Amino acid sequence: MNRRTILATTTALLGLALQPALAADVPEGTELADDQTFSYRLLDQFPTLDPQLNEETAGSHVLRQIMEGLMTQDAQGNLRPGVATGYEASEGNTVYTFTLRDDARWSNGDPVTAQDFVYAWRRAADPETASPYAWYVELTGMKNAGAIVAGEMDPSELGVEAVDDHTLKVTLDRPLPYFPAMTTYATLFPVHQETVEQYGSDWTAPENYVGNGAYKLAELSLNEYFKLVKNPEYWDADNVVIEEVEGLIINDSSQALTRYEAGEFDLLEPLPAGSYPRLKEQRPDEAISVPRLCSYYYQINQREGAKEELKDPRVRKALSLAVDRDVIVDQILQGGQLPAYNFVHEATAGFEMPELDYAQMTQAERDAKAKELLEEAGVEDLDLKLIYNTDESHKQIATVLSQMWKQKLGITTTLENMEWSTYLDVRKAGNFDVARSAWCGDYNEASTFLDILMTDQEQNDGKWSNAEYDELMKASKTSDDPAADYRQAEQILAEDTGIIPIYHYSNTFLLDPQIKGFPLQNVENNWYVKDFYRVKAD
Amino acid sequence: MYSFIARRIAIAIPTILLLIVFSFLLMEAAPGSPFATERGVPPEVLANLEKKYGLDRPLIERMGIYVWNVVTQFDFGPSFKFKDRTVNDLIAQGFPVTLTYGIWSFVVAVAVGGTLGVLAAIYHNSWLDYLAVGISIGAQVLPNFVMAPILVLIFTLWLGWLPGGGWRGGQWEYLILPVIALSTSYMASIARITRSSMLEVLNAGFIRTARAKGLPMRRVILRHAMKPALLPVISYLGPAFVGMITGSVLIDVFFSTGGIGQFFVNSALSRDYSVIMGITILIGTLTVTFNLVVDILYAWIDPKIRY
Repeated sequence: MNRRTILATTTALLGLALQPALAADVPEGTELADDQTFSYRLLDQFPTLDPQLNEETAGSHVLRQIMEGLMTQDAQGNLRPGVATGYEASEGNTVYTFTLRDDARWSNGDPVTAQDFVYAWRRAADPETASPYAWYVELTGMKNAGAIVAGEMDPSELGVEAVDDHTLKVTLDRPLPYFPAMTTYATLFPVHQETVEQYGSDWTAPENYVGNGAYKLAELSLNEYFKLVKNPEYWDADNVVIEEVEGLIINDSSQALTRYEAGEFDLLEPLPAGSYPRLKEQRPDEAISVPRLCSYYYQINQREGAKEELKDPRVRKALSLAVDRDVIVDQILQGGQLPAYNFVHEATAGFEMPELDYAQMTQAERDAKAKELLEEAGVEDLDLKLIYNTDESHKQIATVLSQMWKQKLGITTTLENMEWSTYLDVRKAGNFDVARSAWCGDYNEASTFLDILMTDQEQNDGKWSNAEYDELMKASKTSDDPAADYRQAEQILAEDTGIIPIYHYSNTFLLDPQIKGFPLQNVENNWYVKDFYRVKAD
Repeated sequence: MYSFIARRIAIAIPTILLLIVFSFLLMEAAPGSPFATERGVPPEVLANLEKKYGLDRPLIERMGIYVWNVVTQFDFGPSFKFKDRTVNDLIAQGFPVTLTYGIWSFVVAVAVGGTLGVLAAIYHNSWLDYLAVGISIGAQVLPNFVMAPILVLIFTLWLGWLPGGGWRGGQWEYLILPVIALSTSYMASIARITRSSMLEVLNAGFIRTARAKGLPMRRVILRHAMKPALLPVISYLGPAFVGMITGSVLIDVFFSTGGIGQFFVNSALSRDYSVIMGITILIGTLTVTFNLVVDILYAWIDPKIRY
């Protein structure tokens, strides 16, 4: 987004505020079902419903229903007003002033004020809270966030201020054009100060919970289920159609499928690995595949002390060229994933795909080029240790990939799998040659991907380092045309083969066709039940 | 008798303490951290987390504080993963669930298994015997991880009679499938053990004497055969009971009961140290306690045992 689009968006948003905002957009003449409920399966229990302590997707899904941030998203993933009716960006995207609607209320009837946001955001950064997502506040670039998280400054110094009850002023220490988009994430949701202070950590229990979302928490039994009911205090409650939301925790994916088939719930996500083609055939109206803002790739260890061969860009390029992505996508995954030659998911908002030379080649050409490069580098005998976390599809991909390298390049690969926590430990310590990795966007903008490959980034475990790339990414923050910078960064990444991109994710799920209003165009796969409605069965 | 019990308790306490120390050390040795994420936690955030959970202190100090809190206040500390819950909260939610369907499973396994075994022995080599043996072998080769999906397929998907999972405060329709799935293989073992020990007793000299005296069959079995025949069964029931009430991890996970087994597995995977410790101690203590109970029962039933 450049400044002009930001301005345009701002004006559009301020304009939007004047229109009545509709939650569920039910077309005229639709016959609604008598029973307006929505239920879905969760793979795992979310650990908490405290917005500032939450760190998991499952928890974020629930928090989006029971809390509301300054901005929210529509079915396409575009920003739309939440508690804020709009915002104004000034001083080169370093100061944002949000105007809060005056009819926003907590589920206990109290008004939602700018002070509630200030309290919540300071709480997220406060070391006392020990939020595992405190880094998110730093990521927003809010003034002093880093020092506060490190315990060097008082939380009250955070760059956020309640000018009055309905005006929130945010000061950043660097320009961030996508700041408003970041307010859609749970860490920046408000909390009800009185409730948090009165009950301490028990405030998230259903009997104490005070939220400002379209729904409120009614029941919660860990590892079993939870239930939300419509919140009559919600400012747009008149337009909320679904009355009750239920989440069932089912760890086992084939058990989840059986229970979906028995009609126990409406949305099953994710599907058991490899089951999509069969389900699509059996239930064409229900099986759905949409792009998902995540990228699957292999990191190559280029640290000090790593294999010398891997520090040669020609060898890395050869490894990448020899990977036949179509085989992985079409024969192993089969769920609408896209073969990847670059890092940023191609459905990312505002991202223009770079034209990469090796993406245009046929696989035969790529293989020939790979052999050529390897010969040029003079590599004859190479044995690589490939690590991945235990999972059926990671295993299949690693196996196929190691066969490709063996057959085409004569490179031997030793596969090592370990369960998640151990794998992270080993990966962070750099005890690998090649490591299976994946990254999901924190917000819908290309920098969420490209930033993590900068030299000093925590997630860059292979420690690929390219000064030109780093410079470019730094410059993109204040650039008028970041999209061009991103394209160029991808070029550098591909030329130097910093990583081996493999595929761009899709999300496959089964959805009861009676449920309408599900956002299929939102690549972050964020959904708000207040937009749904259930139609009568045919 | 009392000194026997006192002695056994005196051994049980250090056993549990050793269990605590070993679990603590093993957990410490396992790679991975409860705070690890793909993103990687920035050092200052990690420092805050470690401080909050006391991980910045030396191992010995942590272990000392932990044991002290457990022994004096039954306080297992806060969960690392469920950030707004304590381990006591989690056990308070999960254990009653597991206990409920565990006790039901135990009752079903003993009632059905015991009856089958006794009948099979009495009507040895009749069709009833073959039927009972057939059922128990069948049940034995269908362990709960096979039983559970089959039951759900039949009763949930095809017949639509029962829910495929959940607990909802322990309503009866949510209880049936977990109880059947959990009790089947225990039932089979109990039937087999009862049958063979009953057969052995029925062929013993003192039973022949009793029958020669002209005592009615019912009296022979209830008065003379039952008690000695139950001995091997009882030694099996102790561990079986603990096994059932501490839940099968599989049943909890498969039926999403919210029982203790799910917490146990998840905490091990996410390195939720305090939850792993809490549940280990709970299960360990129950095991030690029920073994003690079994030993006492054994001594009471079998006069040959001296204490």
